[in-house]
Amino acid sequence: MSDVELTPDEVRHVAALARLGLADAEVERLGRELTSILGHVNTIAQLPIADVPPTKHANPHGDALRPDEARPGAARAEALANAPDPTAEGFRVPPIGA
Amino acid sequence: MAIDVIGLTAERAAALLRGRECTAEELAQAYLDRIAAVDGEIHSYLHVDPERTLAAARAQDAGSGEGLAGVPIAYKDLLSTRGVPTTAGSRILEGFVPIEDADVVRWGDEAGLVSLGKTNLDEFAMGSSTEHSAYGPTRNPWDTARVPGGSSGGSAAVVAAGCAPWALGTDTGGSIRQPAAFCGLVGLMPTYGSVSRFGVVAFACSLEQVGPMTLTVRDAALLQQVIARDSGRDATCTGPREPIAVPEPGRLDGVTFGVPRAELEAGVEEGVRARFDESLAIAVSLGARLVDVELPYARHGLAAYYVIAPAEASANLSRFDGVRYGLRVDAPDVRAMYEATRDAGFGAEVKRRIMIGTYALSAGYHDAYYVQAQRVRTLIRRDFDAAFAGVDAILLPTAPTVAFPIGARLDDPLAMYANDIFTLPVNLAGIPALSVPNGLSEGLPTGLQIIGPAHAENLLLRLGAAFEAEHAFDPVPPALRSAS
Repeated sequence: MSDVELTPDEVRHVAALARLGLADAEVERLGRELTSILGHVNTIAQLPIADVPPTKHANPHGDALRPDEARPGAARAEALANAPDPTAEGFRVPPIGA
Repeated sequence: MAIDVIGLTAERAAALLRGRECTAEELAQAYLDRIAAVDGEIHSYLHVDPERTLAAARAQDAGSGEGLAGVPIAYKDLLSTRGVPTTAGSRILEGFVPIEDADVVRWGDEAGLVSLGKTNLDEFAMGSSTEHSAYGPTRNPWDTARVPGGSSGGSAAVVAAGCAPWALGTDTGGSIRQPAAFCGLVGLMPTYGSVSRFGVVAFACSLEQVGPMTLTVRDAALLQQVIARDSGRDATCTGPREPIAVPEPGRLDGVTFGVPRAELEAGVEEGVRARFDESLAIAVSLGARLVDVELPYARHGLAAYYVIAPAEASANLSRFDGVRYGLRVDAPDVRAMYEATRDAGFGAEVKRRIMIGTYALSAGYHDAYYVQAQRVRTLIRRDFDAAFAGVDAILLPTAPTVAFPIGARLDDPLAMYANDIFTLPVNLAGIPALSVPNGLSEGLPTGLQIIGPAHAENLLLRLGAAFEAEHAFDPVPPALRSAS
């Protein structure tokens, strides 16, 4: 894992997973930057700590759950107020798989 | 009366109001005048609405007038404000108007605080200089050729420039403490889970907290009293363990400080190190004992952080898809619309972090990067636990440098990230830390970071007040003093 180098195809694959459309110049730049950052991150890859339990959360007391009771939510008009392309009842999006 | 707002603490502002020496409207107007005079150069606010501010102030003048009622405040533009634009420093949220207040903003309103506006930040709080704001950088009032730190650089600059008596920031890896240090202020990052994050635009949920940025330790305590609460709307919030007390300076007899000497060897500027060593001497002169502590995994905090925070960010920022709010770039199908919207709406640093996080969580790399980083997180927590078995608090410089010139680190992400080496491990451990002014190096402020075990805010504030009294630091930048 010590010599990670992201190829342009790998950068495009990750960008597709992240739904980021990238120009070719960005692909080239991000490839260089991510290679450099991941190179530093890899300093922890070699640590012999496989038996250490991972910390998933900062609060050792766990989640603070309230009773699961129905409460009023946002009014429809409010919820739609910031939408780029609302209808009277919902969010309009372009066709899926056009 | 003419009100000189430069260097005016919130505590003193409240005393002026309670003593009827000025009205809330006069006070708000004095700050608005100050903002109009200097913020064109500093660029610390993203949104100011004088009519709204003055109306809120007049409402306080008509009310019962107790406690902090009528004292102005500024909010980092990562905090949702109902009916007031909230951008998170991003083009993708340009024009977004929240339908709810963040809990901390609502509690500010309930305490009678009067909002002066929303402050600049690195886009989605990702950065250490406020240069990653989509709306342009903020300048440091101590030297306008330098950054104010970040990501809460706008909140730091407004207070240092006399454009607000205090402000709220957020801290995910140092974003309250480092700008506080760079601008000569007090900054408190509370214990993880002690302040509700409801209504905070999410970056890395397991790391971030809201906290005060102030001129004095007492002001930090007063503002923490307002926000350290649980609302039942943040599932990670358990509230503070005890009420926050406003501290008095005093001696430090019986206090034991841990000093992680090995960590100090890693690239601390000479002037920063000299000021830090002077504070160690102050601690001893006040009766405290110093012992060496080891934090062997803290040096791996930077690498662990730059897996965990981007991983969480890549998930959190998936909600910006051009459907429910914010920017949309039209395209023939929905997937192309997502990709075009996110490419146009996010800046370079945000894209970097989304890419790192997506890569680290992707099939085949998840265990090697993300789980390994979480193991390091466990070891960093154990380091702190072991240290706190023998000491009351740990001392470190807040940042290894003073404020750096605008542009100096913008093209080198790793150099930018490295400025947070002393603050990141604290977020990974979920414990509180207070940065207090620690004197000047080359005419620029430095910060002393006091790190404590979970829920030790009252101890940190008491210790901070002791250092503050000994330093007698003047938080007003000299250029502002002579201009006023």
